[in-house]
Order: sequence, then structure tokens, then C-alpha cells
Amino acid sequence: MAAAHGRGLLHLAAAVDLPGALDAGPYAELVKLAEHGGLDFVTLDDSFARPGPDALGVLSRVAPGTRRIGLVPTVTTTHTEPFQVQAAVATLDWVSRGRAGWRIEVSTTEGEARLFGRRHAAPAETVWQEAGEVADVAARLWDSWEDDAVYREPAGGRYLDRDRLHHVGFTGSAFSVRGPSTLPRPPQGHPVRVVDATDGPARAVAARYADVALVRAASPDRAAAAREQLRDAAAGFGRRPESLLVLVSLLVDLGDGEHAAEPGHGGGGPRPTVQGPLYRGGPVDLAELIAGWHADGATDGFHLVPVAPRRDLERLVNGTVALLQHRGLFRTFYPGSTLREHLGLARPAGRYTVTGGTS
Amino acid sequence: MTVRRRMHLAAVFPGTDDTTGWPGPPGDARLAFPALERLARIAERGLFDFLLLDEGQRLPEHRGRVHDLEPAGRPEPVAALNALADVTTRLGLAATVGAGFAEPYELARRIATLDQLSAGRAAWRVATGGDPRAGENFRGGARPEHPARTAELVAAVRLLWDSWSPEGTPRPFAHQGRHFDIAGEFGLPRSPQGRPVLIQAGESEAARELAAASADVFLTRHGSPEAARFRYRYVTQRLAAYGRTPADLRIMPTVTVVLGDTDAEAQERAADIRRQRVTPHYTRYALERLWGRDLSGHDPDGPLPEAAPRGRDGETLALVERWRALAAEKGLSSRETVIEASGRQSFVGSPETVAAALHTRVREGAADGFVLAARLTADGLAEFADRVVPLLQERGAFRTEYEGTTLRSHLALSHRAAGSRPHRRGNTA
Repeated sequence: MAAAHGRGLLHLAAAVDLPGALDAGPYAELVKLAEHGGLDFVTLDDSFARPGPDALGVLSRVAPGTRRIGLVPTVTTTHTEPFQVQAAVATLDWVSRGRAGWRIEVSTTEGEARLFGRRHAAPAETVWQEAGEVADVAARLWDSWEDDAVYREPAGGRYLDRDRLHHVGFTGSAFSVRGPSTLPRPPQGHPVRVVDATDGPARAVAARYADVALVRAASPDRAAAAREQLRDAAAGFGRRPESLLVLVSLLVDLGDGEHAAEPGHGGGGPRPTVQGPLYRGGPVDLAELIAGWHADGATDGFHLVPVAPRRDLERLVNGTVALLQHRGLFRTFYPGSTLREHLGLARPAGRYTVTGGTS
Repeated sequence: MTVRRRMHLAAVFPGTDDTTGWPGPPGDARLAFPALERLARIAERGLFDFLLLDEGQRLPEHRGRVHDLEPAGRPEPVAALNALADVTTRLGLAATVGAGFAEPYELARRIATLDQLSAGRAAWRVATGGDPRAGENFRGGARPEHPARTAELVAAVRLLWDSWSPEGTPRPFAHQGRHFDIAGEFGLPRSPQGRPVLIQAGESEAARELAAASADVFLTRHGSPEAARFRYRYVTQRLAAYGRTPADLRIMPTVTVVLGDTDAEAQERAADIRRQRVTPHYTRYALERLWGRDLSGHDPDGPLPEAAPRGRDGETLALVERWRALAAEKGLSSRETVIEASGRQSFVGSPETVAAALHTRVREGAADGFVLAARLTADGLAEFADRVVPLLQERGAFRTEYEGTTLRSHLALSHRAAGSRPHRRGNTA
């Protein structure tokens, strides 16, 4: 019954944003809770525009204490160094043994630009074009060491097979990078790239480079339309449409008990708000919504952003997810160990590998 | 002369000096988390002040190709140290981040995050004087490094770290200088240790001046006791010009150690390590670097190249002359000369000998402590922690437990001074 539309497995992710939290403990608690529910990954948002710690730092901090869940920090591309960003994401992949993702974002405000004083704020089109270039060069740098570039034992005093190290020679609109990277290819080959594709300028980047696109859609019809559009665009870039997963991003407020407390919510579907569609209701009705949208082929899954993280994530895992698991609609354990495996995405062959690539 | 009885110890990974081979796990496994975790746990077991992770900005190249005679590949240090913060509780966590391409806000935030998440155990090692071609990997492009930019970067980063009120209220910051013009509000409160520890290094006049002005820890090269004492006094005397005292700066040479049950055994091990490292390939590489020309046809087991070196600078010519004299005196082949002349380990001997030598350096005012490098990765570090540290403790030269929780407390640096010390602002253009 589940495969009526050739649909894949249901994928679930949750945000673990904790405004004001500076200690590792509360973040670790939420990530472990999400892992207990078998979620594909957690996201941690970031921006230079507001107070709080560096998201990639936080998720690196919680990596050793978790075993399976994917870790997806937001890392912005407008005022950062592409070379440094790819090295940091690759390092997160190394320290988490293949569970790293990277939510690509841009900085559009003059306030952020002033923190760096390097250039003025630029239009979204410009900074998203650059974000696409950063996503592109990052993958090239991840590939710049072939998988077997490092000898297991030094041979004749040589530690590296330098025929398997490559300059990337990338020149973009705002920067250039020669390469190769300074660290070996990450365990996943390419850590998972995630893009919120709701707004126009981000869509092309998502279609071309993302493994996972997020869309803030308030109805299954809109979600289905966004998914189809993104996958068509991905095909237009020469990608297999299945290599792009599209998840519906919903704000969730599970504070009102077991069932929808207000008409028009819960079973009635999310309500549009300034921050995006908001689901307010009970965990059981949320499970209905998730199962329904997924069964209709409107989405590959959901990215859930709890409005009160400690309360809502607990209800989400112990209520909504438990129910989906009970119905056989969501995994009860992790069969794989990397984020790509959770998502059913193949480990990409290196672009510079001329022999022995996977077919 | 100031005599401190307690020495400070640190370890560096992967080690920037090219004197020794790599005993760690094979291949990529070096970068996998278990290898880093093991290293950090050993350092913490040895009650070390901190573990320093070096950054890579560009793979070293030789004659236009990636240099493959050293282990290469290193994690991005700040992300890796955040992970290590989860498996350690006291060890200081120091990240090398190059000053050449860094922007104050991004860098200050990344280090402050590590500091918050580790409850005050973070340090930034300000790397200067790197390969200018590393710029080919960065937005700024290849350009010579500007010492004044580094000084201004350090000042701006400190301004950001100190920008919130001690009571925890965000306050706006503004810095306008020749290299940076930034304003806004920093995203993180003050450090749990007052301010993250600043580590600097270098042998140049500019490096010493910057260290005297702003460093908490100054890393130097290993040298003879006389040279080390001279350098120690030289840097220490500069402190007063910046309103600082010797209590504000720890001077730590980077050293290599080879141990054996007896001194003779240690010497034999040290020689073995050098022989293993200086392969025929490595011999040619070392000669090509010094001679500055293609020597791919040169027989490493034959005599030193007859051709004159291409470099005409005094240092190169003097070194070539020294190698020639050494080879002539002892009748050595090229390879034997390289083995004999390069990669001398700093301290070689039984645990007793090494402990005594380290302690003497500190007592004589040549160092406040040491950063152990290269050969000591993993196994070597464990050997040091288990065999030398207890002897240092018996001598009363090293702590027997961590007395505080922050890196500043390990280094016996004042927390309060860190927050209130005046600092130089960048020059106004």
C-alpha cells in the first residue's frame, strides 16, 4: 500500500534551535532525543545577524555523543571563505563518521555586511548565485583527494599518491580557489547539502546542487507542485530527479494537547504565518498529516521546526514519531550509519576518479 | 630573573616540523575521530595544559607538485576541537588559524563558540608568515602577508571578545583601521575565562613585538640553552613597554623528544627514526630545497651535489657550506649528510635524563614549558605522559592535578587582567 505512487521511505528531520543557549548540554539533549526517535537529521540554524554560537561548532560538539543521526548546521556563504567552509563541513563529516550535512544560506542584510566591512549588502539573486558557486567548489574540493589518495602504509617514504590529488582551478563570479583541499575526501564523499528552496533565488541552487531541498508549503498541493518543479529543474541540470529529496518545512506547536485545539489546525492543515506554515495541534493529528501528505506523494518527508523545542520535540518523538513507527510508516532503528544511507542517497563517485568509479 | 617552578606542557598535532616520521595510524585513519580522541585523552591523562591543532591552508608543494614525503591532510581545527571538547573535561583546546585571510568577526565568533562550549578552554594560535600562495585558495588571492594587518586583526578580535559588558549585556562595537572597518554587535558574551587564550609564534622581530604586545603564550623554536635564555630575556623585557609583566606571558619552545630505557638506547632510537625518515626520495627533496634546483638525477648514496646552490642568500650559502664541511669531515654520502644534519630531535635520553633536561631549561629561565611535536603523536605522547610526567611531578616541576577548569587557570594567567588590560587599537587610516 505504501508504494502506490512509487514513493520512497518517509524522511523526518527536526530543528534543534535554542535561542540564547550557550552550553553544549541542552543541544546534546535535543539531538539525542531526535536520535532516539530515529530521525534522519537535525538542523541548527545560524546567521551572523543574531546572537548565539556558531552552528557548525555546536553540532561538532555533540557529534561524539551521538551515533547515527545526521547533523546539519547552517553555514552561510556570503561573508565566509569557501575554502574554510568546505574544510569545516568535511571535518564535521570526519568527526561524526559520515553524518554531516550543510544547510547553505546567504547573508542579505546591511547589518551583516557591516560586521565584515568588506562589501555592501547585495541583492538575493547575487548572493544566491555566489552560494551556488560555493556549493559547487565545495564538492570539487571534497573530490580533490580521491578516495585512495592516502597510502595506508608509506611506500618508499611517500605518504600520498599525488596522481590522485587534483587542483580544482575554480573561478567564480566573486572568488577563485585553486585547491586541492587540505584534508582527505570526507567519509560520505559529499556531505549532504541542504537548501531552503522556498524563495525564488534559492531554487536554482537547490535544483542544481542540493541533496535535500526544504519547501515551506502550507498545503499538500503546493508541496507537490514545489517538489515537481524542483525535480524538473534538477533534471534540467542533468541530475536524476530521485537524487533530490524535497521535504516540507513546518513550524510545529504541539502545546495544545493530544488533538487540534483550534478549528482549521491539526487535521485541517497548517496555517500560513510570516515565518512559514505553522501546524498547531496535537502529536496524533500531526502524524495523520505527515502520513497523509506522504501517502499522496506530495513530499519525501518533513523538516519540523518546534516553536518550543524542549516541549515540542519530546512530544514529536514520543507522540508523532512513535505513532508513525507503530503504523510501519517510519523506521524504528537506523539500518545505515551515514546520513546519506538514512536518506537513501548513494555515495557519489569522485569527479576526478578515472578508474574504478561506481557505475 | 623570574623563576617559575611549575612548567607547562602542550602537544601539537599534526606537528609542523619536518624532522620526524609519522607513527600514527595508517592513511586516512589519522583524521578519523578515534585517533584525535586518543591523542586528546592521552594529553589530558598527562595533565597537559593544551592540545594544539594546526590548520592547513594549502598543501605544501615542491617543484610544482604536491609534496608527498610528509603525511598531509589535517582537519579544520576549530570543528575538530569542538568535538574533542565532548570527550575531555580539562584539557585546553588550541586552534591554529592563519591571520592572512581571516576576518575578525568570523574568526572571533568561531573561537568564542569553542570557548563557550568548552567552558573556557579555548585558545587561538595566530598563525603568521605562511605560504603566500595559500591565497590562491582564498578570496583575497595570493598576496604577501602584511604584519600590520595581523596586529590589527588581533586587536579587532580582542575588541569583539571584550565587547559585551562583564555583566552580560551586549554593547555595540566599532573598529576602523587600515585593514578593517567593522561595526555592529558581537553575537557572544565574554569568555568564561575572561578572554580566549592568544598564542603566537615566530622568530621574526615583528612576531616578537606582537607577542610582547598581546600574546598569552609565545611559541618558539628549540635552540641551545644559551640561545633560548637570550630569547626568553629578550621577549620578556619587551613586555613592560606594553604595560605587561613576565607573569602575563608563557614562552614555550616546540620540541621533539625520543625516549629509551637508557640514554644509549634512546640515541639509537633517535638515529633509527632519522634513518627511516630520510629515504632516498627524501634526500633528493632535502637537497633540492636547499640547492633550489632539479636534482632528480642525483644519487642519494653519492657525495653532495657539486653544483652551487641557486639561492645566493647568506643563510642558504652558509648551510650548504656547513653540510659540505660535515660530509668532508666524516666522509658522508648525501643521504648520510642529511640524516646527520637535519631532523635532530630536541631531547633524547632516558625518562630521567629528559625530565632533568626539561626541568633545567625551565629553572634556568630558558622556557616556561614545552610543546611536544611530531614524533610524539599518539604512542610517543603516551610514553611521555606515562614515563616523563611522573618524574617531573616528583621534582615538583609539574602539576599533579588540574587545579582549575579553564585554560587560563592551567597557564596560571590572570582571568581579570585578560578582561581589563588595555589593548592597542588599529591605526586610523
